[in-house]
Amino acid sequence: MSATFTKSMARNIYYGGSMFFLLLFFGLTMHTTKVMPERDHRENLTEAVERGKGLWEVNNCIGCHTLVGEGAYYAPELGNVFYRRGAGDLDTFKAFLNGWMSVQPLGIPGRRQMPQFNLTEPEVNDLAEFLKFTAEMEVNGWPPNIEG
Amino acid sequence: MAGHQTLKGKDIMDTLKFKSQIVAKPYFIFALMLFVGQILFGLVMGLQYVVGDFLGGTVPFNVARMVHTNLLIVWLLFGFMGAAYFLVPEEAETELYSPKLAIVLFWVFAAAGTLTILGYLLVPYSTLAEITGNEYFPTMGREFLEQPTITKVGIVIVCLGFLFNIGMTILRGRKTVINMVLITGLIGLAVFFLFSFYNPANIALDKLFWWFVVHLWVEGVWELIMGAILAFILIKITGVDREIIEKWLYVIIAMALISGILGTGHHFFWLATPGYWQWIGSVFSALEPLPFFAMVLYAFNMVNNRRRDHPNKAATLWALGTSVMAFLGAGVWGFLHTLAPVNFYTHGTQITAAHGHMAFYGAYVMIVLTIISYAMPKLRGIGEASSKKAQVVEMWGFWLMTVAMVFITLFLTGAGILQVWLQRLPESGEALSFMQTQDELAIFYWAREFAGVIFMIGLLTYLANFLVDKKEAVKS
Ligand code: HEM
Ligand code: HEM
Ligand SMILES: [Fe+2]
Repeated sequence: MSATFTKSMARNIYYGGSMFFLLLFFGLTMHTTKVMPERDHRENLTEAVERGKGLWEVNNCIGCHTLVGEGAYYAPELGNVFYRRGAGDLDTFKAFLNGWMSVQPLGIPGRRQMPQFNLTEPEVNDLAEFLKFTAEMEVNGWPPNIEG
Repeated sequence: MAGHQTLKGKDIMDTLKFKSQIVAKPYFIFALMLFVGQILFGLVMGLQYVVGDFLGGTVPFNVARMVHTNLLIVWLLFGFMGAAYFLVPEEAETELYSPKLAIVLFWVFAAAGTLTILGYLLVPYSTLAEITGNEYFPTMGREFLEQPTITKVGIVIVCLGFLFNIGMTILRGRKTVINMVLITGLIGLAVFFLFSFYNPANIALDKLFWWFVVHLWVEGVWELIMGAILAFILIKITGVDREIIEKWLYVIIAMALISGILGTGHHFFWLATPGYWQWIGSVFSALEPLPFFAMVLYAFNMVNNRRRDHPNKAATLWALGTSVMAFLGAGVWGFLHTLAPVNFYTHGTQITAAHGHMAFYGAYVMIVLTIISYAMPKLRGIGEASSKKAQVVEMWGFWLMTVAMVFITLFLTGAGILQVWLQRLPESGEALSFMQTQDELAIFYWAREFAGVIFMIGLLTYLANFLVDKKEAVKS
């Protein structure tokens, strides 16, 4: 690098630039959290949804599945499974999910296995409520199609 | 360690500038042990991708994945700490503030890490959550942050003790640019980790702030750590003027933070977030390859303009290699899917996995192996460098691992492109389901597993280099 561009100039760009963009980032984050309620529909965040999120976490579902594209890539996307398997109807979806969870592992030789988590029916219903909440968040039109 | 100090104490005095640097040694050794575990579980998962019921009852995929990724993060942290204990005293030109504290923290961290991994493997995850009291302060069950809350608290305590030790050393000694950048990066690492304790009931907020740990680590403060370690190594092996290296270091980290902070936006495209992130995230993250490209120019420039020929050729190879592979993995493979219109289709596919692998390997695995390569001969009392023979073995390890990782990345990219083609591009109704698509990708997954085996062979070859000189020392 040329001699006219000195170390102290480089240092000032580092300090000034990173401070400026850090503050801008915090400002934008604050704005984002302010407008998020209209998109995440937190008015629907019931106690059942909250319990469902807890169950999602302590069973480490994210260790195989993606949720809105984040997680592991071993098993299907679940951010929109409420629409894929429940057609957007809560009772249909709860019935599906209870059936699904109870028959795991499918035990088809060579096929990827989902474990048996031994959840009760109220627990599976809470999970269903959580997945409904997730499906109803507005996430700028992702995924591209119903398969997730 | 005690054995070394008595038996070979004289040699170590000769090869280390400050004798407290020796505390880096257990950190490096333990890091490499965990690295082997990480790859072992990678191979288990790679097989489960195609033989779905392999070890299904004993090690479910999600358990293997936690072990694989958490071992990676923890061994890199051990590597960063070892690097700091080695280079900070040398830069500061003073002994480490408290070698005792460093050793105590080593055992605390090693015990907490081992117990956590055993917990993952021996009891169901929900039981682990229960016995560690997750319900009182729930932080578990999020990708990469699966550790029980008490483990997270332990990590914070270890980090605080470590930062105190390093900070006091710097305060007492010379405050070089390298030391200041390194400690800024390390403090940033600890600060952003605190977001892992924030786990709101609202999944939308949870996801938003989860990235404050993950993205602001690897595309933010960890780049400062990488830059500082690389600068230290380049000064040592090339003898190029410190002023020049420091100027480059500032330029690189300035570019890293200016692009990387707002670049976080590339993870806010498809959350419950305003649309402006699609512009901000795309534009700023598209600039993120620049600091990685600058590191390539800088590493090759310094080595070409070297004022001395350092006998440790392997360390030079690692230093050049890490710059190139980080640029490919983070820069090129990151750019590939970072623009919002592309990411719409590739988000959460095997393309992401391809990029994650090469970026982590190129930037952070290789920078840790660079400092280990430079420091180990000194820490072991061998001298400036290990024997020619040991270096040849080490360089075989370098090439086997690096070429294997290139192929892992290429196979996963192939899988990802086909996945997008079959599952994402067609309309609902015409698109294949996730599981049907996975069946179509089997050939790529087999090829990835084969490359993974080569990677493991490369890792074992690399480790064998540490046995070469011991044998010769015994003979003489
Ligand atoms: C033998 C070599 C390896 C194999 C077979 C392997 C296999 C895997 C598999 C199957 C996954 C899970 C993907 C999923 O969620 O579906 C994974 C995740 C991951 N591995 Fe590896 N791995 C290997 C080596 C490595 C190395 C050397 C690194 C670090 C440099 C690494 C870093 C990661 C990371 C960061 C993830 C999470 C990726 C993400 O979330 O996008 N792996 N690996
Ligand atoms: C050494 C630096 C980097 C590392 C270690 C790294 C690692 C990773 C990992 C592990 C993920 C997956 C996270 C998850 O599990 O959801 C990821 C995602 C991503 N990275 Fe990086 N990355 C680095 C740099 C970059 C750069 C420089 C860019 C852009 C130019 C980039 C673009 C992306 C994008 C767009 C995603 C999201 C992929 C998706 O939508 O699924 N990364 N990165
Ligand atoms: Fe990122």
